[in-house]
Amino acid sequence: MSEHAASRTFYVALGISLLVLTAVTVFAAFVNLGPFNPVVALLIATIKATLVVLFFMHVKGASEKMTGAVVVSGFFFLAILLALAMADYLTRAWR
Amino acid sequence: MASAAIPAHPATERTNYLTNGFSVKSWLLTTDHKRIAVLYLISITLFFFLGGFFAMLIRLELLTPASDLMHTDTYNKAFTMHGMIMVFFFLIPVVPATLGNFLVPLMIGAKDLAFPRINLLSWYLYVLGGILITHCMLTGGVDTGWTFYTPFSTAFTNTKIIEAGLAAFVAGFSSIFTGLNFIVTIHRMRAPGLTWNRLPLFIWANYATSLIMILGTPVVAITIVLVAVERLFHLGIFDPRLGGDPLLFQHLFWFYSHPAVYIMILPSMGIISELITAFSRKRVFGYNFVALSSVAIAVIGFLVWAHHMFVAGISLYAAMVFSFLTFFVGVPSAIKVFNWTATLYRGSISYATPMLYAFGFIGLFTIGGLTGLFLATLGIDVHVTDTYFVVAHFHYVMVGGVLMGFLGGLHFWWPKISGRLYPEGWAKLSALFVFVGFNLTFFPQFILGYLGMPRRYADYSHMPEFQVLNVLSTAGSSVLAVGYLLPMIYFVWSLRYGPLADANPWAAAGLEWKTASPPPTFNFDETPVVTWEAYNYDEIELKEQKEVAVG
Amino acid sequence: MADSHATAVETAAHNPALLHHFADEQQQKDAASLGMWLFLVTEIMFFGGMFCAYLVYRVAHFNAFAAGSQQLSIGLGAFNTAVLLVSSLTVVLAVNAAQRGKRKQLVVYLVLTVVLGLTFLGVKAVEYAEKFEKHHVPGASFAFTESFDDNGKHIPVNPKEAELFFSLYFAMTGMHALHMIIGCGLFAGLAVLAWKGHYTPGYYTPIENAGLYWHLVDIIWIYLFPLLYLISRHS
Repeated sequence: MSEHAASRTFYVALGISLLVLTAVTVFAAFVNLGPFNPVVALLIATIKATLVVLFFMHVKGASEKMTGAVVVSGFFFLAILLALAMADYLTRAWR
Repeated sequence: MASAAIPAHPATERTNYLTNGFSVKSWLLTTDHKRIAVLYLISITLFFFLGGFFAMLIRLELLTPASDLMHTDTYNKAFTMHGMIMVFFFLIPVVPATLGNFLVPLMIGAKDLAFPRINLLSWYLYVLGGILITHCMLTGGVDTGWTFYTPFSTAFTNTKIIEAGLAAFVAGFSSIFTGLNFIVTIHRMRAPGLTWNRLPLFIWANYATSLIMILGTPVVAITIVLVAVERLFHLGIFDPRLGGDPLLFQHLFWFYSHPAVYIMILPSMGIISELITAFSRKRVFGYNFVALSSVAIAVIGFLVWAHHMFVAGISLYAAMVFSFLTFFVGVPSAIKVFNWTATLYRGSISYATPMLYAFGFIGLFTIGGLTGLFLATLGIDVHVTDTYFVVAHFHYVMVGGVLMGFLGGLHFWWPKISGRLYPEGWAKLSALFVFVGFNLTFFPQFILGYLGMPRRYADYSHMPEFQVLNVLSTAGSSVLAVGYLLPMIYFVWSLRYGPLADANPWAAAGLEWKTASPPPTFNFDETPVVTWEAYNYDEIELKEQKEVAVG
Repeated sequence: MADSHATAVETAAHNPALLHHFADEQQQKDAASLGMWLFLVTEIMFFGGMFCAYLVYRVAHFNAFAAGSQQLSIGLGAFNTAVLLVSSLTVVLAVNAAQRGKRKQLVVYLVLTVVLGLTFLGVKAVEYAEKFEKHHVPGASFAFTESFDDNGKHIPVNPKEAELFFSLYFAMTGMHALHMIIGCGLFAGLAVLAWKGHYTPGYYTPIENAGLYWHLVDIIWIYLFPLLYLISRHS
């Protein structure tokens, strides 16, 4: 039971850090970082998403060992779609 | 203990999945994967003949150079319906949803698929999609071709795009659920001892297919939704007037629809692997390569989609990359063909009907695949894009490949499905009809396409010299039609009059042959424990020889 | 084999939720979890098509996208992000309560999740209403006179391209909102079943899987917020 109580404290702490990261991303948007504004925004979003996937969705320590591979392959094929589509758009002689 | 706890089915040996309940409800609300496979088989056959009907209309129209059988607008709708029905309601579900549904749990020693109710749901979604497309067809149809290219589909045509799109969307979810079910089942429900490198190659093929279904189908689903909202709410995602790019539609569409051709061909390749090894009485040559080449085709298949867009206006550099990557799909495909032929070498080959279809598959798929490499070559593609060369190429893969594989598999497992043997003589005759009819129909189209006859035209009266080849093609299509109608007749005939089949009429390896024909509702009386490698025909032959020697 | 069959029958007697075709509860649980994750992958690819469109058009029409983004309310967007993150917390606490067999806590957390989900949708409705008032809804009455405020420079943008931004905005947030509506319905149903005591520490797979769905919808919003609301906001 104490293990569950500890995990509850952990969940709440995690929830708070996600809220803090949201505040950080809004703050960072108003600072001129040049081309790095979208990079920072997406980096923070990815940190938040990773926290949610690992701890709220219990991928870390899951009994089902495939879960990690499934998540990674999902994002991998999304990356293929984005990368190869952009390979066309970024190299067109006419735009 | 077990029999005391479950008194519901004591006489497992007497009742099988077909005799376990005769009411309509026992079929329409079944969660038995074998019954759902039969439901699929019936409904898919129905749509195959509907799609075939449109094919005959097209061939009849092209018998003469003028557009005299139907109006050109009607012709547009006819080939659209032919394409939509054949792609979404026949080729994509045909093998996974019928033979796959029936065999995946049997081949891995499971009682059922992991999610039986989702399996039933996927059949209902298929039927709903089928009703939608039929309604769409009867109330006006669609004239965009099965590809729904924008901006024609979003801004110009007044035909029933949204309903046809919805039909494809719903059928897409049916196939997503099938794929999801297969992946979970293959991962989680294998019998003890059935490791990954002991899995039948049909299972590997269906696994790879399911990956594509899961990863690709959602993309085409959202693309269809975006086309629909563009028509309904004027959200102009693909609208060039707003700076949108119609080519983006093609990117998203082909991201699914190119891998979709591997959804169609991979399960048939799995069937051929089973047939070749069973009728050569020999373990398949290079098991690991054949198994992994299925997965390789699935993955590489996602890297090549823009070869459908070479002349559409994509970047030349991107076109070169996609052309290069397309050649790579040829590698795992060739591995399969070489391994099949190597399996034949020094095998004890018997020429039963399924094997005839397997031989047909190898030859026709090789032609289809090689012409695919022609088309992957940028220079040739510019010359033959949107001609009958392309039509002939993909029919060699889709009809010569997928359909040959399906028919071969259906003959092979028919005794398991129905408990009856089909008439071998008639079956051989129909295999001959299919092979001859197919080549007569589609080989002239290679020549027509190379000479420059464009696809999707009802009228070629300004080039009457094309008529001879078109007449040949139409003649072939009637031979082909006879070849398809014959099995339909003798399969139904065999249900009543065919000789009873025993559990393993082909003396084949594989768990599905170790249970009764037809199998009991829960497949196996006792969960099998696998201690042997796949296709252990050497051991089977040895055992038979010993039995003969003792007898 | 007979032994394992016997134990399977015994556990079946213990747990009515164990379906006949699974050998044991662990197998059933793992299958359900794997199936749900595969479904989530299809959701990723479903939204992925729109993210691809977003990427292509943002690169092609950056100024219009920035100008459009500057018309969205950061306050409402950030508030909604916070609401969703807190709802993810209540979901994970609901799963935790289910694991411990605390029925009342479970119901409270499920209801809280629904309330937070409806809050999100309410705020979204307010934002949509504002778009209608400002004629920022694509279609015949679309009008866009604002320019892109880049470090105090006012760069005029093609209103057609801004319409493209709002097309994507409505497609993406609309599809997300549709998933939220489905999620709210799902959790309301779970709350009723949980109240009736359907879930025990031995069987709470539906709560867990619905939770996974909710988290994924949250993750999509985590990306939508910076991509739609935070383009070139610095001055």
